[in-house]
Order: sequence, then C-alpha cells, then structure tokens
Amino acid sequence: MTEDVKKLIIEYIKREYLDEDSKEEITESTKLISSGIVDSFSMVSLKTFLEKKFNIKIPDEKATPEAFDSVTNIMNLLQQFVPS
Amino acid sequence: MAYSEKAKVFYDNELKSIRGAGLFKEERYIESPQSSTIVVEYPPGAEPKEVINLCANNYLGLSSHPAVLDAARCGLETRGYGMSSVRFICGTQDTHRELEQKLTVFLGTEDTVLFPSCMEANAGLFEVLLDKEDAMIADRLVHASIVDGMRLCKAQLFNYKHSNMAHLEEKLQETQSCRLRLIITDGVFSMDGDLAKLDQICDLADKYDAMVMVDDSHATGFVGKTGRGTHEYCGVMGRIDAITTTLGKALGGAAGGCVSGRKEIVELCRQRARPYLFSNTVPPVVVAASIRVIDLISSSTDRRDTLEKNTLYFREKMTQAGFDIKEGFHPIVPIMLYNAKLAQDFSRDLFAEGIYVVGFFFPVVAQGQARIRTQISANHTKAQLDKAIAAFTKIGAKYSILGKKKEEIVAMYGL
Repeated sequence: MTEDVKKLIIEYIKREYLDEDSKEEITESTKLISSGIVDSFSMVSLKTFLEKKFNIKIPDEKATPEAFDSVTNIMNLLQQFVPS
Repeated sequence: MAYSEKAKVFYDNELKSIRGAGLFKEERYIESPQSSTIVVEYPPGAEPKEVINLCANNYLGLSSHPAVLDAARCGLETRGYGMSSVRFICGTQDTHRELEQKLTVFLGTEDTVLFPSCMEANAGLFEVLLDKEDAMIADRLVHASIVDGMRLCKAQLFNYKHSNMAHLEEKLQETQSCRLRLIITDGVFSMDGDLAKLDQICDLADKYDAMVMVDDSHATGFVGKTGRGTHEYCGVMGRIDAITTTLGKALGGAAGGCVSGRKEIVELCRQRARPYLFSNTVPPVVVAASIRVIDLISSSTDRRDTLEKNTLYFREKMTQAGFDIKEGFHPIVPIMLYNAKLAQDFSRDLFAEGIYVVGFFFPVVAQGQARIRTQISANHTKAQLDKAIAAFTKIGAKYSILGKKKEEIVAMYGL
C-alpha cells in the first residue's frame, strides 16, 4: 500500500464526512468510528468507495467498525483484498 | 437446562458494559395519565411527586383529551377490545378503513395503510419498494427505525451529509444507472427539531428521476399552516411519494402508524409488507380515538396554533435567560450543554425542582453535542412554562452556564 492510497483515502474521508468549513485534521491514526466522525450507518459510503476504487468485494463480516476505525486499519484491511 | 452458566455470564457482562459506558436506561414509573403535569415515582420506591413534563411527544395535548377518551370508550363498546387477527384474515373493521381514508385526506395523498407502529411502517416499506438493482439515498441523521428498515432491504445504500443538498445531488449523479431510486429523510429530525429541505429535495428528485420518502412522525398534526406536516410547510403536498408517520405522538399518542402516498405503493404494502402482514391489527379502541383526533385537528387549528404560541414563548424566554438553544420554531427545543455528565446532572437537578426532562448524549447524539431535549405541548399553561423557565434559570446559574456559548461551556466542563 502506497502513500498515494493513504492520501486518496484521507481525501475521500474529508470530502465525504467533514463539513466544507471543518478545520478537523485527518491523519492515518485519527479515530474515525469511535470518535464519531463516521458512524456505523455512514460507514457504508466508505466501504462502497473502496470496493469501487480497488475493484474488490469486502465481505460484511470483515467490514467491522474496528476495521474502519482509522486509515491505518483500513490500509490493513485493504491488504487482505488488493493484490500487491 | 439450556440457559447455561456461560450464557448467563455472557449476558451479565453485556449489561455491565452498558452500565460501565453510562448508557443504562432506567424506567421511571408514572402514576397518572400523560399530560403537561404527571405524577412520577422516582427513584423507585420514592414518594410519587407531581412534575411538569417537558419530554413527551404529546405535542397537541391530545393523549388524555376528554373527546379522545370518549371516542376510545365508544370504540371499545361498539367494536370491542381486540381483533385476535392480522388485517387480511379477520382483522379489518369498517373503522380501520375509515381511519385510513381520513388520514389520506388529511395528509393529501392517494391512499393509506395502517401499521402497528411507524417503526414497523419503516421496517416494512423499503423491501417492498426496492430490490438489488435499486438505490436508497438517505440523510445521515434519519431515525433508527429507517436505518433498520433499510438493512432489511436488498437495494444499494447511499447516504448524504445531513440536509446537504449538494451532497445529495452528488449521490443522485453517482446512482444514475440504478433502476429505481428513493430519497429517504425524516421530515423533522428528532434530536435537533430541524426540518428537511423538502422543496429542494423534491426538485432534485424531479431532476434525477428519483422518488421521495419522508418519515413525518415529529410533524404530522402541527407542522405547516394547517398541521398536515413538513410537506405542507415546504409547499410540496402531492409531491411526496411515500410518507410514514405515527399515531403515537401528536395524534393521541397511543400506538399505530401508517404508510401514506402513491396508491400503488400503499397497495404493495398491503400485499407484501411483512410487519403489516404478520402483526396484529391496530386495536379498535386506538382506531376509534384516532378518527376523533383527525376530525378534531381537521376542523380547527386551535391546538397547533396554541402549540406554536407556547413554543415561541418558551424559545424566547429561554434565549433571554441565556441558554444556548438550537434555533428554529419546532416544539423540540434542545438546550445545549455539550458535556454528557453536565446534561445528566442538570436533568437530575431539574427533577428536584419539579421539572421532568431527559439528558441526551453520545451515541444518541454526536460526540460533544450533549443536551437536554425539551418538548413543548399545546397543553402547557403559561404558568407551567414560566415555572420551567425559572427552574432552568436557577440550575443554569448553579452551573454558571447562563449567557455562555459552546466554547465557554466546553472550557468549563469539557466535551
């Protein structure tokens, strides 16, 4: 997983979940679900984005709140599905 | 015994974790009918005490209205207590159809079907209307019952930032290839009391060939000039394809809900909505009382006008007292405290002053958005509202939050 992928995910999270005037910074370790930035209902957008972008299918049992709780966790999840 | 020690320990630990997270919900026993004042035994075993109720969905004050009670008694005498059946076997009385027709006229739709609750209307609707080729596009703050209903549906799920029309449009563009699309929103959002922008939503729906569904549970009976709901307020009556709403709030408050809208949608619910097919019919006594409620609010806007006046008065006085309240005109008036413990302490102190309110905090509302949600009723007298405002002011002074905005309250108490 490259820096480009990390940047892509962070940009998506900012655009999809933060208000236009938000000053909140998102880094690879920012808590997303447990901090309330992304709730479990809204998480579906992120899952759909990743599936489309990388042409993969993330099974529901793998798409847990923990797996989506930070960009680092998401990168770890992606590694299981995206051929290196 | 199948209920093993392992299961017992497992469930016990779950309960402990709920308590540990400060999320354990306690019931308070009310020893009177629902009204603007109620008699509450709290904590359990304490001497029952009369308090002013500022947290019921009894917006129009009809829960214990004499005319509604009379209609309920009459319904009990003439149509009995229970039907012991689902609707389509032997559970549909003439009065069920009468109520559905009255709701159709009141809401300005084509047809209506009753459900045991709005929760069940929302649980049943989506899987009837949509399949995997289709898309549901929902506001991120829709009610939990809508979220559950969407989970039961195979259609692809999309959601947009709360009331953000540009983001909704992006999602409509993203889903152009889907067969059918349904925009899903609450009419009034229950935690903030803000209204969906239904006029803009309907315009976008027209532009992108999508349908619109609205849960108007916190609006039916009092939002809009004649109380028809958010669609009346926004000037889009006749443009909403499916409205779900409840009889369990402003409209008498007992039980029951409905899907009202395009006649094909309603008929499909009768044929396929599982909560409709497999739940008992709405009790005759509830139907009889609800018919009277619809007659009352169709013939006069007095109660919704009083509610509007009471709400305006409470909002003005609370703002003058220095509380940070969410702006708007809805009888849901959130008093912002931001900190969860402060919201809990504040509501406990108010109870001691004779005011019954509840603190809301994460995960019910977003992190750092703890508040006391007050709800005004047409039944509240000016004296009751004044007493509540005085009690709020006294407790607000105790915690030194009067005249303070978010940053200052957060600086004192944290998030």
